[in-house]
Amino acid sequence: MNVEILARIQFAFTIAFHYLYPPLSIGLGVILVIMEAMWLRSGRVRYHNMARFWTRIFGLTFAIGVASGIVMEFEFGTNWAAYSRFVGDVFGSALAAEGIFAFFLESGFLAILLFGWNKVGPRLHFFSTVMVCLGAHFSAVWIVVANSWMQTPVGFSIECNGTIMPAGFVPTAEQILHSRAVIHDFWAMVFNPSSMDRLMHVLVGCWQAGAFLVVSISAFYLLRGRHREFAASSLKIGLVVAAIASVLQLASGGKAADGVTKNQPLKLAAMEGIFHTRADAPMSIVGWLDMEQEKVVGLQMPGMLSLLAGGSTDTVITGLDAFPKPDWPKVQAVFQLYHLMIAIGMALIGIAWAGLFLWWRGWLFGKPNPLVRAFYVILVLSVLGPQIANQAGWFTAEMGRQPWIVYGLMRTSQGLSAAVAANHVLASLIMFGLIYALLFAAFIYLLTRKIQHGPDHEEDSEEMPSSWIALTENRRRKAGTAAP
Amino acid sequence: MSLDLNSIWFVLVGVLFTGYAMLDGFDLGVGALHLFVKKDEDRRIFINAIGPVWDGNEVWLVTGGGALFAAFPMVYATVFSGFYLIFMALLAALIFRAVAIEFRSKEKWGWWRQMWDIGFAAGSVASGLLIGIVMGNILMGIPLDARGDYTGGLLRLLHPYSLLLGITTVALFAMHGSIYLVMKTEGELQDRVRRWVNLTIGVFLTCYVVLNVATIVYCPHLLARLDQRPLLALVFLINVLAVMNIPRAIKRRSDFAAFLSSCAAMALLMALFGLTMYPNMVISIPNPGNSLTIYNACSTNLTLRIMLIIAMMGVPVVLAYTASVYYIFRGKVKLTPHSY
Repeated sequence: MNVEILARIQFAFTIAFHYLYPPLSIGLGVILVIMEAMWLRSGRVRYHNMARFWTRIFGLTFAIGVASGIVMEFEFGTNWAAYSRFVGDVFGSALAAEGIFAFFLESGFLAILLFGWNKVGPRLHFFSTVMVCLGAHFSAVWIVVANSWMQTPVGFSIECNGTIMPAGFVPTAEQILHSRAVIHDFWAMVFNPSSMDRLMHVLVGCWQAGAFLVVSISAFYLLRGRHREFAASSLKIGLVVAAIASVLQLASGGKAADGVTKNQPLKLAAMEGIFHTRADAPMSIVGWLDMEQEKVVGLQMPGMLSLLAGGSTDTVITGLDAFPKPDWPKVQAVFQLYHLMIAIGMALIGIAWAGLFLWWRGWLFGKPNPLVRAFYVILVLSVLGPQIANQAGWFTAEMGRQPWIVYGLMRTSQGLSAAVAANHVLASLIMFGLIYALLFAAFIYLLTRKIQHGPDHEEDSEEMPSSWIALTENRRRKAGTAAP
Repeated sequence: MSLDLNSIWFVLVGVLFTGYAMLDGFDLGVGALHLFVKKDEDRRIFINAIGPVWDGNEVWLVTGGGALFAAFPMVYATVFSGFYLIFMALLAALIFRAVAIEFRSKEKWGWWRQMWDIGFAAGSVASGLLIGIVMGNILMGIPLDARGDYTGGLLRLLHPYSLLLGITTVALFAMHGSIYLVMKTEGELQDRVRRWVNLTIGVFLTCYVVLNVATIVYCPHLLARLDQRPLLALVFLINVLAVMNIPRAIKRRSDFAAFLSSCAAMALLMALFGLTMYPNMVISIPNPGNSLTIYNACSTNLTLRIMLIIAMMGVPVVLAYTASVYYIFRGKVKLTPHSY
């Protein structure tokens, strides 16, 4: 295999593994803020216990996220040196901002979140939790901005052999060796046409990942009849966040797809399998692309894509045929991954709202009944949904951009490191395969252990520091509620 | 040294990596010393001494790398792709170090803890060694082509000089880590760790002397610097004084003063490194014309200016809360059920 294939496999593998964890940190971060806020407001010890338990799960995912995240930062330079030279002036400032604003914030306050329970008062602890959550969100901001610039580059000029070229200049294979993108408008780069839509889409996907993890583990306890009060409270919070996020995700997904239609028509054509430019373009629900006949076999909604794109079925959608074939991405894969993401997204809306409905009717936490138990099983499995959908979405975005590494400017094959041989990449790929397999096994094992162990105390927490207990008493007296 | 944006960023990138060396340096040092205590409780104290802070400390490396990418993309691309296998090994080492801390104490089985203990120690030692090897190669100079791509092989990177600098780095981190441990331990364990400090200083100073001799032999191009920049000699002198102050402070039980001396020694070592290199960042040997300097390997002035604004907004805040976190977690390690 050649260097390009190996380097791409390595990047895809390491980023896909890494991306299992940050969404959980971001999503659980939101849930932790909610739980601690509820605890501080109500003074109910159960919320304190919930925050403690979910913090331990958070700590585990965070550690692997950090460990696998450094790999990503190094890989731009190790495997994509030519790309790094080309984009450094643009991409670098986003990455530096990520380090200074996001990573330090997250990791600094993480110490207090995880280990500060007995060292600081409840308000400072809550503040730290908010900061960790905020830091996690900031980290998504800058990396999505940088990636969006690769999808829809603006705010830059091309400098070739030291001279700034006129706008619209695309370097040839020979020129690109002596070219780089230089920034001339920082804010145009940050707010490039796709960055805000995609940021929203990514963040909501993270909230879903966190919420459904809480939903899944809580439902597992209910299924087993363990920690019932604790699990019911957690499930309620998880379901509310999941239900809101899942609907938001539909809206943000629509907005992101609009952006792709405008800015990356070739990618949209691949996502929907539109081979020929046409009006009345259909939207597929499930299907298989017949690459010989250049058509989609499967279930479609006629005219829907044109309707969504332009408000009328007369809207003309650009097809793959408008572009030279060598510039096409892997159409079948992009199409399938995109539709997998949508199908899961729809299913998650259904699951979350069905949960709210059952809760509202009083069945979800009522007498055990086989149908509710079956629903618990669905909830337990639902944790896989956002994870698969997040991965499928990112693969759609990144594979759909191919063969470009920076859309319309630099091809992926032009971004490689000249100094790195194929066998070196093969060696590192095998190394990552082994290390990540070990890590993943240990992660699953420890997660299972933590779930088996469950929360420390059902109702009263012996561990709660005295200053915290005083505050709880105080709150309770003010609120006039009886001891829980 | 005129203070243009390029020089400012040369210093700032240096400051970030110095911050990394001072902070994660003691984490890696604790890791290097980890297997020298046998009792499980002692090992847990070691790990929990760095437990709340190692993560934030590693961010200095991430941000340093990010700043290098942003300010000097050509250097970032050349060094990371040129030292490919070394950086891959460094990643493996850092991953093992990180997850060993997380996983070690989660099970009581002897083999489980022993396995992660070895992973923790090996990961820490290897990280220091590999970082030193990279710095050794930067000092020695490497062959670059006109585009700035490394043209040598792997074996050239493992030159005895680089290996020596790698070992010196491990010794430096072990010294730094032992002083940090004196601050975090108490009782009999502290007495034992206190005795290690002088030992690690001895090992480090021996390595350092040999390294200086080796530099004269293997890096003739660096010697010219000494004539141009007499300041180097002064920094070197203060550096030696800072190291000498450590045993004195340890003996007087001013442990924090000893730790500050050790931090100062590391900062001065990095200053020596920077003063020797400036304005070069990667020296090309045998074709010095292909060298990367702060002027031909940098981003545009606009980007450097934007990043300076970002840094001026962010860094004071970062320093303030980093200091607060260290203040909150000051004092001796106490093991609780939720410790590592």
